[in-house]
Amino acid sequence: MKEYLLNFPDAWQFNIGTAIDDWIKNFSRTHREILGFIKRSVITSIKSINELLSIIPWWLLILIVMLLGWRVSGKKRVGLLYGVMLFFIGSSGLWDHMLETLSIVIASVILSVLLGFPLGILLALNKRADGIVRPILDLMQTMPTFVYLVPAVILFSVGMTPALMATTIYAIVPMIRLTSHGINHVDTEVVEAAIAFGSTTLQSLVKVQIPQALPTIMAGVNQTIMMAMSMVVTCALIGANGLGMEILVATNRTEMGKALMPGICIVFIAIILDRLTQGFVDNKEYNTFFRRRPMR
Amino acid sequence: MSKDTVIRVEHITKLYGKNKSEAIQLMKNGADKDTVYKRTGVTVALWDVSFEVKRGEIFAIIGLSGSGKSTIIRCFNLLNKPTSGKIFFEGNDIEKFSKQEVLNYRRDRIAMVFQNFGLMSHRNVLDNVTYGLEVKKVPREEREQRGREMIEMVGLEGLEHQPISSLSGGMKQRVGLARALANDPGVLLMDEPFSALDPLVRRDMQFELLSIQGKLEKTVIFITHDINEAFKLGDTVAIMRDGKIIQIDTPENMSAKPADEYVRQFIDSADKTQVLSAKHVMVPPTCLVKPKDIPSQAIREMGANDVSTAYVVDDKMRFMGIITIDNAIRARNNGLPLPSLIDPDVHTCNEDTLINDIISLAAEAKYPLAVLDKENKLKGIISKATVLASL
Repeated sequence: MKEYLLNFPDAWQFNIGTAIDDWIKNFSRTHREILGFIKRSVITSIKSINELLSIIPWWLLILIVMLLGWRVSGKKRVGLLYGVMLFFIGSSGLWDHMLETLSIVIASVILSVLLGFPLGILLALNKRADGIVRPILDLMQTMPTFVYLVPAVILFSVGMTPALMATTIYAIVPMIRLTSHGINHVDTEVVEAAIAFGSTTLQSLVKVQIPQALPTIMAGVNQTIMMAMSMVVTCALIGANGLGMEILVATNRTEMGKALMPGICIVFIAIILDRLTQGFVDNKEYNTFFRRRPMR
Repeated sequence: MSKDTVIRVEHITKLYGKNKSEAIQLMKNGADKDTVYKRTGVTVALWDVSFEVKRGEIFAIIGLSGSGKSTIIRCFNLLNKPTSGKIFFEGNDIEKFSKQEVLNYRRDRIAMVFQNFGLMSHRNVLDNVTYGLEVKKVPREEREQRGREMIEMVGLEGLEHQPISSLSGGMKQRVGLARALANDPGVLLMDEPFSALDPLVRRDMQFELLSIQGKLEKTVIFITHDINEAFKLGDTVAIMRDGKIIQIDTPENMSAKPADEYVRQFIDSADKTQVLSAKHVMVPPTCLVKPKDIPSQAIREMGANDVSTAYVVDDKMRFMGIITIDNAIRARNNGLPLPSLIDPDVHTCNEDTLINDIISLAAEAKYPLAVLDKENKLKGIISKATVLASL
């Protein structure tokens, strides 16, 4: 039996990986100024979000979340439960780490919504753009998340900035998908009605399609938050401070208890964020959250 | 009523698919729709349709689903673009309109009412009705004033700020109608507007449309699959089949001289249903009693429903008779069991009994008629008042 029938022949192997490495390294050298600018602005914005969160006294934040939980679910005990969860995080000495984690999550969710919402609308309206972007989204979603970390580090070194970039790339996908899905699945007759009464494309979009798609779009925001929440923990590997970092450090020292506490905190925050945003989605009169309530 | 032409359609053809030229050739050689689809993959939605709509008339287009009637109505306001042929609105070729002219045309001249209402669930009744005015930037005060007038005209005053989800089907379509009228268009396009409504509400709406038409003298192009509706409303009726128009005429001429066997069958089907049967007018029985119930329960039941007779059915809903409140009270006071006082002598009819036959029955009946199915199960009741109201 010939050798090349058993093993893949060496001569046919090539490696585009190294080419990509070289290209990215080169890119980071030649575009140092732009990258530096991005890095500074990302750090500034995350820092200011963090400062904003830190200004709020811990008890006030707990109260706000309790109140929101009560209003959204309609049950007092749900609000109380959220309060207890947050209190647990504080009493575990992880309050500041939680705020750090939240800052990155919030920043990346804002970025995801700002970029993903218009992109989703573009995909819904333009078939060609949809054909190009959709496979890229599939790729972004199936690619193991660690793969994003490396280029982010090469471009921005370690810290908040690559963490934000990696988190956003990972979390923006559902925002784009669900926005586009929501706009596409507005009842045909309703869209026809908008056009038949003489709406311009923009009027039909703003006055009819987006408001009608809002529950789906909000589901996209909810998904984006959850994805960002899970990615931000992984980002501890590239130097993002916060709860993830606590877990990473404890894991390296094989301290089970120390790793478990921030783990539980992450679960709590995820539950609270999920339920609060879900509440907006499920609310049947979602429109009244955004418009004046009908007079009765 | 002036007799000038508002819309003229000339040789409109609409094809869906890629291989259009081959399909056109096949159609010209006399192939039918199905053959063309099998050979070329092209769907022929409309083929060489021509007609004129006069000002102030109701032009009804009737056909089964897939006959092209929804396609053609969407050509009038350019939701669809015909593959070939021309549509003239007051002498202007609507395909030559510029973008702005198309918007103005849709805003001022032609409005549409949809089968499933096409209402915007995130807006309340008033904001739906004023949508057309809002997109052409009529100031809020003025458009709400106009919106209220329209809402009053369709009989929904007081519901201006209700969400759409709180309305019944008939009310929703009234909103649809008010929205279309708010722009004061010359032409109303109505795409099976009453098909999604139940028969009683449909008749109300047909009446409403005729009375509004009497007041405003709009030109209406009305799509339906119900020949009764077409004959009742249409000044002119066009029958479509497989994308072609088979006959255009007044209802009288059409029933006197149907163009072919297909039209004749269509009209025959009308004659059978033109007279309503019991199932169309019956209402669910308000008060049901089981023979094993104790009398005081029957009395309570009647009291709660504010009626003086209850219908007695067994476990399988089979009809046994009625019990009056007097008898039920007697049963309670004398400790008699309910079944002994049931009056089985009630006029009954079945679901398909025609209204004509019910009239005589209802006239002599003391209680509302019980409508039974073949297994004697109670399906509904018909009071004297409902029979008379249906005429």
